[in-house]
Amino acid sequence: MSGWLDVVDGGLGNAIQDAGRHGYRHMGVAVSGFLDPLFAACANALVGNAGDAAAIELRGLGPSLKVRQGPLRVALTGALSASILRHGGSRQVLEAWHSATLESGDILKCGPVDGGTAYLAVSGGIEVAPQLGSRATYQRAAIGGIDGRLLASGDALPCRRLARNEYREYRAEPWQHAEGPIRLIPGPQVDHFADGELERLLAAVYRVTRDSDRMGMRLDGPALTHRSPAHADIVSDAVTPGTLQVPGNGLPILLLADCQTVGGYPKIATVIRADLPRLAQCRTGDELRFAAVDLPGALALQRRETERLARWKNGIGSYLPAGYLDETALYTCNLIDGMVRAEPPIRD
Amino acid sequence: MSSLPYDSPRLLALGDGAWTVEFARHIDPAVHGRVMALDALVDDARRHDPAFSGVADTVPTFRSLTVYFRPESDPLALGERLLALAQTAEATTLTGRHWLLPACFDADFAPDLAAVAERHGMTPAAVIERLCQTAFRVYMIGFMPGFPYMGGLPASLHTPRLSTPRKLVPARSIAIAGEMCAVYPWQSPGGWNLLGQTPLDLFVAGDEPPALLASGDCVRWQAVDRAEYTRIERALTTGDLQRRHFLSGEPA
Repeated sequence: MSGWLDVVDGGLGNAIQDAGRHGYRHMGVAVSGFLDPLFAACANALVGNAGDAAAIELRGLGPSLKVRQGPLRVALTGALSASILRHGGSRQVLEAWHSATLESGDILKCGPVDGGTAYLAVSGGIEVAPQLGSRATYQRAAIGGIDGRLLASGDALPCRRLARNEYREYRAEPWQHAEGPIRLIPGPQVDHFADGELERLLAAVYRVTRDSDRMGMRLDGPALTHRSPAHADIVSDAVTPGTLQVPGNGLPILLLADCQTVGGYPKIATVIRADLPRLAQCRTGDELRFAAVDLPGALALQRRETERLARWKNGIGSYLPAGYLDETALYTCNLIDGMVRAEPPIRD
Repeated sequence: MSSLPYDSPRLLALGDGAWTVEFARHIDPAVHGRVMALDALVDDARRHDPAFSGVADTVPTFRSLTVYFRPESDPLALGERLLALAQTAEATTLTGRHWLLPACFDADFAPDLAAVAERHGMTPAAVIERLCQTAFRVYMIGFMPGFPYMGGLPASLHTPRLSTPRKLVPARSIAIAGEMCAVYPWQSPGGWNLLGQTPLDLFVAGDEPPALLASGDCVRWQAVDRAEYTRIERALTTGDLQRRHFLSGEPA
């Protein structure tokens, strides 16, 4: 059964993403997709979706959405909360890492994202038509999402209605990203740098600058020296999200999901897949340290994150939300006392 | 830096999600021929060799082939097989498609034509003639979706980029810089010299394939006047004409 969400206010910097657009890089099409696939998978899990279902990625001021056709279940992950204005007039708070069920006419008003990247998942996923095999918004080519652009008021988002309101919600502990240095694999052009420069990169502290978006983050810190001025340019070849490219000024640029498919700067190293989600949670001024791993080490770390996500999903608990009619209590308990649960939610 | 191909191709890790097989550091049709030969071999191997089952995409460039693989695949086995294949990849004549694409060189489409002509001591007409006599090789698609880096520009037309890039280059502008020719798929900033415009879109998300050109294709320009340009543009919009109409047989 189809459900609909109307965008009342698009907010700032919010777009539909999914696991990305694969298989079109040879045509110059960026991969795009979730900057933080783990936070996105968590949001999707809380509403019962597969981890790669399309969701709304929030990077600034969250949107306000009104349910045209419900009930729908929504969940937030990341550094934000939302308020729910029920069509009856009551108001509730939806904290991140919790789900909520919205009925037709309810309004979900997301707050500002307090740094990093947050996700709003909706039951069934956001079911806009895929383009080139994906719903991920890629603004540069105006494809995916809604006309390849950020959410705007007036947009209508198709999703899936719950068969019925189960009067149960889901929550879990906030996902904890790995800590310590960001792991990378040296190369492919580590030989374009002077001797000892890779070691300098690994010993240094870099700061995330304001000059950062979905294409990449410019880092500030020790400038890295190329083997010669001529080594600061290469004949353009393929790059990937995570690539640490170093132009002539020596300051690394860390490429992210919307990066171009090719580039003409030497690449001293590339961040491993397991640590890409951590980059999505960086804020301006954050300090980054790097550590080198080899390919088997990177694959082991990727497996560990997959296992950690499976354990996190096992930890999702359901609870009866405050303010909802508790049917079990209604039929089995003292009608006067048990009719409305107003105490804080409890884990089963 | 050496401008000779390596004795044997190099296998380089692009993080834990891709391998880059590098044949040389420089631009050379023979090197690109090996890249395209390897791309064809990988394409074939994806159909029957289990080591290649995790391949998600391949990106041929001037001098290398990057092979992206899915997280659940075995990259070590893939790398080993890829390097073995690369050693057998011999440059062949390009098997890409041949295009004869309309180009209009009217003054308002070609703001840099006069300056390029003057720089090389030619008339604008001579520049256009030389452009239209050239068979361009599409080395790579990149920078933005559908953007072709095309080599083969005669040395007499090699031109540096503009010292100050334009804030807005109109979509479908035909441009040259250094030894390359390109077409801007979208309106965008750009520093290349603008010599004309084609009525064809370089990237249409709803078409199959979306990108007009692919690495390995051969492109020639055919000069058309403004009336013909407008007619083609309109026919493409209404669907009376398809982009594939401009495919040509191999030139004699």
